[in-house]
Amino acid sequence: MLSVQNTDAPVTFTPELLGKFADVVSRYPEGKRKSALLPILHLVQAELGWVSAPAMDKVAEYLKIEPIEVYEVATFYTMYFLKPQGKYMLEVCRTGPCEIVGATPIMEHIEKTLGVKEGDVTPDGLFSWRGVECLAACGYGPVLQIGPEYTFYENLTNESVDKLISDLKGKANN
Amino acid sequence: MGRKLLLEHINVPGINTFDVYRSKGGYASVEKALKTLSPDDVVEEVKKSGLRGRGGAGFPTGMKWSFLAKPEGVPRYLVCNGDESEPGTFKDRYLMTHIPHLLIEGMIVASYALGAKTSYIYLRGEMMPQIRILERAIAEAKNAGFLGKNILGTGYDLELYVQPGGGAYICGEETALLESLEGKRGNPRIKPPFPAIAGLYGCPTVVNNVESIAAVVPIINEGGDEYAKIGIGRSTGTKLISAGGNLKRPGVYEIELGVPVEDFIYGDDYCQGIANGKRLKAVVAGGSSVPILPANLILKTINNENRLMSYESLSDGGFATGTMLGSGGFIAYDEDQCIVRNTWNFARFYHHESCGQCSPCREGTGWMEKVLHRLEYGHGKMSDMDLLVDVSKKIEGNTICPLGDAAAWPVASAIRHFRDEFEWHVTNPSIAVTNNYGLAHYADPLPKLETAEA
Repeated sequence: MLSVQNTDAPVTFTPELLGKFADVVSRYPEGKRKSALLPILHLVQAELGWVSAPAMDKVAEYLKIEPIEVYEVATFYTMYFLKPQGKYMLEVCRTGPCEIVGATPIMEHIEKTLGVKEGDVTPDGLFSWRGVECLAACGYGPVLQIGPEYTFYENLTNESVDKLISDLKGKANN
Repeated sequence: MGRKLLLEHINVPGINTFDVYRSKGGYASVEKALKTLSPDDVVEEVKKSGLRGRGGAGFPTGMKWSFLAKPEGVPRYLVCNGDESEPGTFKDRYLMTHIPHLLIEGMIVASYALGAKTSYIYLRGEMMPQIRILERAIAEAKNAGFLGKNILGTGYDLELYVQPGGGAYICGEETALLESLEGKRGNPRIKPPFPAIAGLYGCPTVVNNVESIAAVVPIINEGGDEYAKIGIGRSTGTKLISAGGNLKRPGVYEIELGVPVEDFIYGDDYCQGIANGKRLKAVVAGGSSVPILPANLILKTINNENRLMSYESLSDGGFATGTMLGSGGFIAYDEDQCIVRNTWNFARFYHHESCGQCSPCREGTGWMEKVLHRLEYGHGKMSDMDLLVDVSKKIEGNTICPLGDAAAWPVASAIRHFRDEFEWHVTNPSIAVTNNYGLAHYADPLPKLETAEA
């Protein structure tokens, strides 16, 4: 069951982030600030790694809406992480066209290589992985994406996955 | 190879930048429309072109535009649907990645035709790279005077913004998309009222697919009548086909509507046949929602005519022996693919993506997934096939939006055409877990008409 998760860590939005919020809000007509909710939740997640209940409360306050209006949106859409994830979340497409060109073996390989089950975080905090539904890259499967940039990695093989994981480890340790 | 109206310059280096795009004749349709045509003239050209919505429904775009209410003092909106989530479909991502200005150009002309002063391009949230590409292109176009106040000195003002979704297939349904754009859950609205009367913020709104809006550019440049000469019958113009699955050369192809399916699969200009020298077993021709067809029925209609890539030919035979062009998400399955597993996979997708508003869809998709799972994993019963058909019929037509139908059709069609494979899973449970049924007779000569109608 999806639920919002609390945290004791105080949430503050930097002036830079608030500037981005204001830019988003300016795209809609007077009185339609709520339209900024989805883009702002993406910005919050890119900054904090996930969206906690206190973060959502602050977003509600900023948009002048009720917290429940933020919770119901964050739990409806699949891209928002309601608990902390690894620094790199590998999201592998598992739908038909990717499945018939080998998505399941790729997920099994990732599970074995990282040593964690779907949705769990590696002990070093670097990785998590999960299967997701169609990513609109069906001609280049198997495919995975990594947020918050949502870079795509296409035509995956066990070897290319190994290289990706080792590259990301190298990047994180620098 | 047919004519390319959308992707003609796709391989020109730097075509994603304003200057190169402009040097190839880009934004000519904006100059033509804003300086020489009235908004109604533009609508008329699009009507004449016969363009049909490229998102999947195939509704005539010009007619949709002409339904837009125009009450005094109320803003009107154009919203571009770039939610592209239909499994098998990836053409819009391709177009926006490589030739973003084509969409911007189409948005300006379409917004002018509809009298919109603010327009939004709604993209699925996973397309963050494309959002950045489009935002950069918008800034370039604005800088060159094609967006903002008083465009090209004509007095027409337009602001264009890109909005990300949050990862929900349902937001490709136009009213769910509008809810999402208003910052809410993507629950489809009950129609009527249609968006043309009460859409975004309750104002008159047109929602069009990325490719439909891009197609407005060649329609205005060449004229609706010229555009209508391309294609076949009521399937006018060109269509982007996303080709995936077990094809030798998958990718996005712009075809003139009317190309024979056989040429598209095996032709040198297109997919070049099935990968790894295997044989074709089945095809999903228009995205996961449309009925799956065995190889024999996708290549020929039941009357033994060549099946063409067009709205009419693909639906020839109705759902008994035909399918739909849909969004053009063309998925080919080779002889090693398991239809039961694929059907379970799609059922899981629809269960996952059901918004939960309507009970038949929310509950029915879950039950179909469960029953198909047990068939795939060797615990199925002979009665399961009739049960699945029964559940699918109870979903179809009983929901607010077409997601219910989209979930029901792949299951019903798989059982209609591949029943023997499902039965084999029941009678050979342990073998079915590790082996596949194979090609069977699915590539054989056409079934008898009586059988197909039963």
